Amino acid sequence: MSTEQTHEIRLNVNGVEHQAAVPARRLLSDALRHDLGLTGTHVGCEHGVCGACTVLVDGQPMRSCLMFAVSAAGHEITTVEGLSRPDGELGPVQQAFRECHGLQCGFCTPGFLTTITAGIAENPDPTEDEARDMVAGNLCRCTGYQNIVKAVCRAAELARSDEDGAA
Amino acid sequence: MKPAPFDYVRPGTLEEALQALAGHPEAKVLAGGQSLVPLLSMRLAAPAVLVDINDLPGLDHVRVSADGVRVGALARHAAVLRDPDVARVQPLVPLALANVAHATIRNRGTTVGSLVHADAAAEMPMVLRLLDGSLDVVGPGGRRTIPVAELYVGPLESSLHHDEIAVEAFFPALAPHTGVAFEEIARRHGDYAMCGVAAVVTVEGDRVVKASAGYLSVSDIPTVVDLTEALDGSISDASLAAAAEAALEQLDPETDIHATADYRAHLARVLTARVVTAAYENAREEKA
Repeated sequence: MSTEQTHEIRLNVNGVEHQAAVPARRLLSDALRHDLGLTGTHVGCEHGVCGACTVLVDGQPMRSCLMFAVSAAGHEITTVEGLSRPDGELGPVQQAFRECHGLQCGFCTPGFLTTITAGIAENPDPTEDEARDMVAGNLCRCTGYQNIVKAVCRAAELARSDEDGAA
Repeated sequence: MKPAPFDYVRPGTLEEALQALAGHPEAKVLAGGQSLVPLLSMRLAAPAVLVDINDLPGLDHVRVSADGVRVGALARHAAVLRDPDVARVQPLVPLALANVAHATIRNRGTTVGSLVHADAAAEMPMVLRLLDGSLDVVGPGGRRTIPVAELYVGPLESSLHHDEIAVEAFFPALAPHTGVAFEEIARRHGDYAMCGVAAVVTVEGDRVVKASAGYLSVSDIPTVVDLTEALDGSISDASLAAAAEAALEQLDPETDIHATADYRAHLARVLTARVVTAAYENAREEKA
């Protein structure tokens, strides 16, 4: 058995620079969880269907199980751990999920939170239909989605009032 | 569900990328990876080398001119989809792109990558075929243009050589007095469709002078059928039924866990009528 070659990479995750030595085949999802210890990103199907592993790459939601860690070097990654407010309080999307009962077992939640964070940044006042479309690529087996759709609209409302407060 | 080991190179120039490919017959190009990475994870593919082209300069363009839309190898589906000029010059491109997987996948996946993946269940290979577009590739011998009629040679197989890189796709512009439409039916939005149909219809007044339709998920390579003769100039229940039968003669729907062959054939009939009618109406209004 030959030892597999590793690559020294720098990953910028939630504003913090991390270094890791990973084989080329290391999925970004596994690098986040195993190499960096950021286990908030969940891994469901591992082939891009379920959306649980969604992270933001330069602000855009992408499947971390469909990217290699070596390819992610040089980009800014945001995981669910990066969505709380600087003071540690829940961010608007997290707060909305709590208020609207948008989760039960919570396994799919990190992927929803990242997807919706980017979604309401692009569309700050989504209709219910647009909210459904926003989360169409994420699977949840518990909630039936009703409360998740409510949470999207509530998160948008909270984010808008944050903006107003900041202005 | 982990890929087999491979060597990884991330060249900074096209020349280096071509050298890396030429040096390894088992090498594979990685662009968006939204189809390739699942294949690797499921170990349906195990290339010895991945040549990551994401750092190559000057390949992420979406260029629109009067004659059509040119899409660079690193343009993500999402970038092509949100370009308003693309919709103006060739509305079929965004109509189909909106059905390519989910927004999250479209943020990473590339349109050219989807074209060379050559999946007959995918939207864009069929659209390129229907619009009679082309693909520019660069290899050790230089750049060449592959007309789409010569691109798709078998299931998941294109006529690209292993040492070539696809650099740009060309989708011709919408012709005058012509309309397009697209519709697909999937179990869930964003899933692979059980059947999808796109149509291009050209009219003179109320009369159909040219019509063709492209089909996905009902044949093993992207398939386009000329419906001009079957429609015989007009849109009616009878002519649409004749068109659907003409199309089915050239399709080969198969049964799988998602749908039976009969159901797929039924969808092909229903969607042919619906999409040809919509394209006809768009042609008469000379909008989409």
